Amino acid sequence: MDGTVEDWATDYDIFDPAYVKDPYPVWDELRQQCPVAHTERWGGSWMPTRYADLFNIARDVQHFSSRNVLVAPAGPPPEDAGAEAATAFQVGAPPITSDPPVHTWARRLLLPPFSIQAVARLEPETRELCRSLIDGFVDQGRADAAADYAQQIPPRVIAGMLGIPKEMAGTFTDWVQGFLEFGLTNADIRGEAARSIFGFLRERVEERKERPGDDLISYLLASEVNGRAVPEPHVLGTCFLLLVAGIDTTWSSIGSALWHLAQHPEDRARLVAEPELMPVAVEELLRAYSPVTMARVVTEDLEYNGRKIAAGDKVLMSFPAANRDPEKFPDADKVIIDRAENPHIAFGVGIHRCAGSNLARMEMQVSIEEWLARIPEFRLEDPDAVTWAGGQVRGPRSMPVVFP
Amino acid sequence: MRIKVDGEKCQGHNRCFVAARELFELDDYGYSHEVGDGVVPPALEENARLAVANCPERAISIEEIGEA
Repeated sequence: MDGTVEDWATDYDIFDPAYVKDPYPVWDELRQQCPVAHTERWGGSWMPTRYADLFNIARDVQHFSSRNVLVAPAGPPPEDAGAEAATAFQVGAPPITSDPPVHTWARRLLLPPFSIQAVARLEPETRELCRSLIDGFVDQGRADAAADYAQQIPPRVIAGMLGIPKEMAGTFTDWVQGFLEFGLTNADIRGEAARSIFGFLRERVEERKERPGDDLISYLLASEVNGRAVPEPHVLGTCFLLLVAGIDTTWSSIGSALWHLAQHPEDRARLVAEPELMPVAVEELLRAYSPVTMARVVTEDLEYNGRKIAAGDKVLMSFPAANRDPEKFPDADKVIIDRAENPHIAFGVGIHRCAGSNLARMEMQVSIEEWLARIPEFRLEDPDAVTWAGGQVRGPRSMPVVFP
Repeated sequence: MRIKVDGEKCQGHNRCFVAARELFELDDYGYSHEVGDGVVPPALEENARLAVANCPERAISIEEIGEA
C-alpha cells in the first residue's frame, strides 16, 4: 500500500502529489466506477464522490458524527505536548466537532457575529487591507498572488474580529499550517501547533476577562447558555476553531479564484465589464474550486450503497468532488462564470454548514474586485511553477503572476 | 406564485436572500423566512425561481397560485 497509487477505488491517497495538483480525473473515474471508494492509507477511510451521497451523508448526523473532522489520523497529541494541547484534544473545536445536542447551542452562539449583516460591516476595512497589499507590489509588474495576496487577507480579518493585533497574522498562518497542512500527517507538528494556539488564546481570554472589548472573545465570554456563562474551555475551543477554520480555507479560495482568472481573460473581462456579476461568479468559483474536505465518524455498523461500513470508520466528505458531479451540474468541469443555478455544497450542507460562509464570501468578493480594479490583466508566470496544498484544504500556496 | 421556506430544513446559507432580498428575511442567526404571505410579485418570479434552485438544503418550495 506504500508508494504510487495503482487503484484509486481501493487504495486512494489524498496526499498523493499528482492528486493534490489535479484531483478531477480521479473523481470522475470514482464517481462512475466506485462512488464510495475505500483506502487503508492514513488510518483508513471511505470517500464518496457523488453529490447525492455527500448530500445524504452530511445530513445524516445520527450515523455520521462530527466528533473527529480531520481527514488524517487525529489521535491524542503527544504526551509531552503540554496541558494546552491536551485540553484542545478534550474540548475539540465546538461546534464543528460537536454533535447535537451540544452542537445546537454552540452553533447558535456563533451565528450572529457571522451573519450577512455583521460581516458587511467588516467590508470597508477588508477593502482597505486588499488595497494596501496591492500597493506593495503593483509597481513591480509581478507578485506571488497566493503568498503576497490571498494568504495575507484572512488572518488579518480574523485577527480584527478576535481583537488581536494584525501583526500576529504571520504567526497565525504558521500555526494554522502547522495544524491543518504540515501537521495533518505528523502528530508532533500538529501537537506543537495546538499547544501554541491554545497557549496564546488562553492569555487573550484572561485579558478579556479583565478588560472586555468589542471583539469576539469578549462576546463569547459575555454570552450565556440556559442562564449560565459559557464554560471557559468551550470559549477556548470555539476561539481555536475561529482561528483554524477561517484562515487557509478562505486563502485557498481566493488563491484558486485568481489562479482561474489568471488563465481566463474572457472571465476577467466579463467581471470588469459587469461588476454586478461578482456574487454569482464567486459561487461558481466556490463550486469549481471548493477547498475543504471534512471527515465524519460512523456511529454504528451500517451499509451504504452496498458498502459495509463499520462503527468507528472514517468517511471523507469530499464536497469538492460532489461539486464537480455532472449528474448535478451541467458542464460540471467547466467554469461558467454566470452560472445561475448553482446549489453547490462548498460550505457543506446540513447542520454543519460553515458558520463563516458569509465572511468567506465577503473576503472573496472584495479581494477579487480590488485585484481586478488595479490589475485587470495578468497571467501565470509559469503554470508548472504553481504549488498546491491538499488533503483537508486545497489551494495554491505559491503562484507567481506577471502583469504589464 | 407563492414561496415558502421550510424552517426545519433551512441552515442559513443565505443564498435565497442574495437572490431575492425582497422576498426573504433573515433572523439574527441567519435562518430565512419568506416575507409576509410569500406571494411573489410578477417582476420577481425569476428571482424566486433562482432562490429555489440555489438553496443547497432544498428548503424552499414554490406554488403557482394562478391569476386572481
